[in-house]
Amino acid sequence: MERAELVERVKRAGKANAAMNVVEVSGISKSFKGVKVVDNVSFAIGQSEIFGMVGPNGAGKTTTLRMLMDIIKPDSGEIKILGEPINEEVKNRIGYLPEERGLYKKLTVSQSLSYLAALKNMKRRLARERAEELLKRVNMLPHKDKKTEELSHGMGQLIQFVATILHDPELVVFDEPFAALDPVNTQLLKELILELRSQGKSVILSTHMMNQVEELSDRILMINKGQAVLYGSLAEIKSRYRNNSVFLECDRLPDGLPGVVGSKAHGKYIEIFLDGRVSPQEILSALINKGVRVDRFEVSTPSLNEIFIQVVKEGR
Amino acid sequence: MNKAFIILKHEFWQTVKNRSFIILTLSLPVLAILGLGIYQGVHHWYHPGVPQQEKIGYVDYTGMFGNPTSEPGVQFILYTDEQTAKDALLAKDVKEYLVIPADYLSTGVITRYTMSREVAPSPKTTGQITDFLLSNLLAGEVSPQVLQRVETPVLLASFRLNEAGEIAPNQNVVASYVVPIVFALLFMISIFFASGFLFQSVTEEKETRVMEILLSSVSSRQLLVGKVLGLGIAGLLQVSVWLVTLEVFSRVASSIIPALSDLSIPVSLFGWGILYFILGYLLFAALYAGIGSIGATAREGQGWSTIFVLPAAVPYYFSYFIVTYPEGVVSRALTFFPITSPITSMIRLASGAISAWQIALSLIILAGSVVLTMWLAAKIFRVFLLMYGKRPALREIVRYIREA
Repeated sequence: MERAELVERVKRAGKANAAMNVVEVSGISKSFKGVKVVDNVSFAIGQSEIFGMVGPNGAGKTTTLRMLMDIIKPDSGEIKILGEPINEEVKNRIGYLPEERGLYKKLTVSQSLSYLAALKNMKRRLARERAEELLKRVNMLPHKDKKTEELSHGMGQLIQFVATILHDPELVVFDEPFAALDPVNTQLLKELILELRSQGKSVILSTHMMNQVEELSDRILMINKGQAVLYGSLAEIKSRYRNNSVFLECDRLPDGLPGVVGSKAHGKYIEIFLDGRVSPQEILSALINKGVRVDRFEVSTPSLNEIFIQVVKEGR
Repeated sequence: MNKAFIILKHEFWQTVKNRSFIILTLSLPVLAILGLGIYQGVHHWYHPGVPQQEKIGYVDYTGMFGNPTSEPGVQFILYTDEQTAKDALLAKDVKEYLVIPADYLSTGVITRYTMSREVAPSPKTTGQITDFLLSNLLAGEVSPQVLQRVETPVLLASFRLNEAGEIAPNQNVVASYVVPIVFALLFMISIFFASGFLFQSVTEEKETRVMEILLSSVSSRQLLVGKVLGLGIAGLLQVSVWLVTLEVFSRVASSIIPALSDLSIPVSLFGWGILYFILGYLLFAALYAGIGSIGATAREGQGWSTIFVLPAAVPYYFSYFIVTYPEGVVSRALTFFPITSPITSMIRLASGAISAWQIALSLIILAGSVVLTMWLAAKIFRVFLLMYGKRPALREIVRYIREA
């Protein structure tokens, strides 16, 4: 990641925290049949940020989201959305795309959309106009008068996405949005999610596919077995779990580089381990000073997957 | 706008626009119009003018029927031998002919020849022949008055007395049997239809996974209330159409069909009908909503719903019995048992045989059951709407209800 971009992200996360939090969750727990599915989880989400909620299947992500949406009540803890405990008026300002999702088979795309928008207290005419606009954006406008049972699975997913953001919600919650989407639509959905952020919306992205979260999120919450194991800015977490090594591809590796404590060959490239006192920047300038031709120089950052595995190991 | 109202509107329109709902609702008015039309047509075709005089030929070997008396509507013609009689039949001068053998008095056997295909001689023909034989056999032996009584020994005139010893009206077969039974059938269809739609709409939303999207906008209570009321109003509309049809039909029919001249539907039936429909519907709606929310698919829930449909149809199967013995133990039990009470009470109201205290008691029990089932259904609804795993056992359901 470019340093400038990293700085930008940290700044943005900081700014988001400073403004009113869109979501504030403090110490919520939920048990089913005596098993704690969500155990004392807290987090906050600021304005115009994409918040990744990650964890393996069955970690308690969907239960947490359902509690946010007031579909189930937490056993303990407090949830505030847009500054107040969830109520009917607040529900109208949230868009939710559940993991278990579908559409009325016998209704047309327009009918489904207008009913779902009406349930968010949206005016009929406004809903129709915005539906047209959004359907156009996802290239589904020609299908608006088709019954949803005539649509392919992927098309149905796009309609559900439109239904989720039709009422222009301030907070949008996606539970496994990329499941069963083809690469083209995955790309489209990613663009749309980034667009939402640029419009000042807050987005919760819950998925077990860590690479998707890594690509889009500003901050993350990592859940395992109902407990929050990691929480904070993605960039900060990544730098925290950085293992002080640099990937290097060059014509030769000179001796006597400052602060290097070891190296490991990976075929085409070499991983060099630093002692922690010397920054990667200094290594790079040392290399250039020694006249080495550098093809690739990359500060190694672990993937979320690797971080997750490490966190779970440490936790044991 | 209240969200329950949005759901109500949606469910109402979805139902009212449904093809099977429209067909079912309009079927009764259409049938009534057709029925009256057919009656009028038949009436018209069967009375073109003067009734035709029928001719029956006969050959008499006893010599006892040489001087035939005429019977109304039929003329008996004596032929000297069988060949002439046969020729007359073949020439269509007579519609049939009889051969009365010499030993008729001792055997009673008469041979009959006809050209029309028939399983057995019609009662009308048999009656005409019988009267002809009787009047000729007894002519001169008894007075004409006795002869008349021999031909028609009795014309029964029955009356029902009420407790005060006065003659009670309404002894018409159609009014006292057919109307209540037709009424019960329509009532049953409408209640099952409306609550069946509710069941379908819950299971569909669950099966297609729209449920969780809905629940992020509305509470499960709003969803239940909206659905129950929306479909209930559609059902009420249907019942109203049918009640109006019945009222109009009974008026028209009683004025043009002599057999239905004193057909009248008690006015109280309409008021009570609406009330029993509302309560009966609410009871089944609650049961169906609960059952519908438990199964993951429509098919799964279907089996369960049969458990309630079968007992609810019991009064219909026993309707004849209920009309005949309105105060019997079975009739009373069915009047008070909540699942069977709406239909049983309607049958008894339609036949005019139910006392005020029984109506009151059945309504109280029914209303109480509605409250209890609604409360239970709301709990089941909330717990099971998002459960998709294997169908829970009865014990689990009970536990969930307790926890909810």
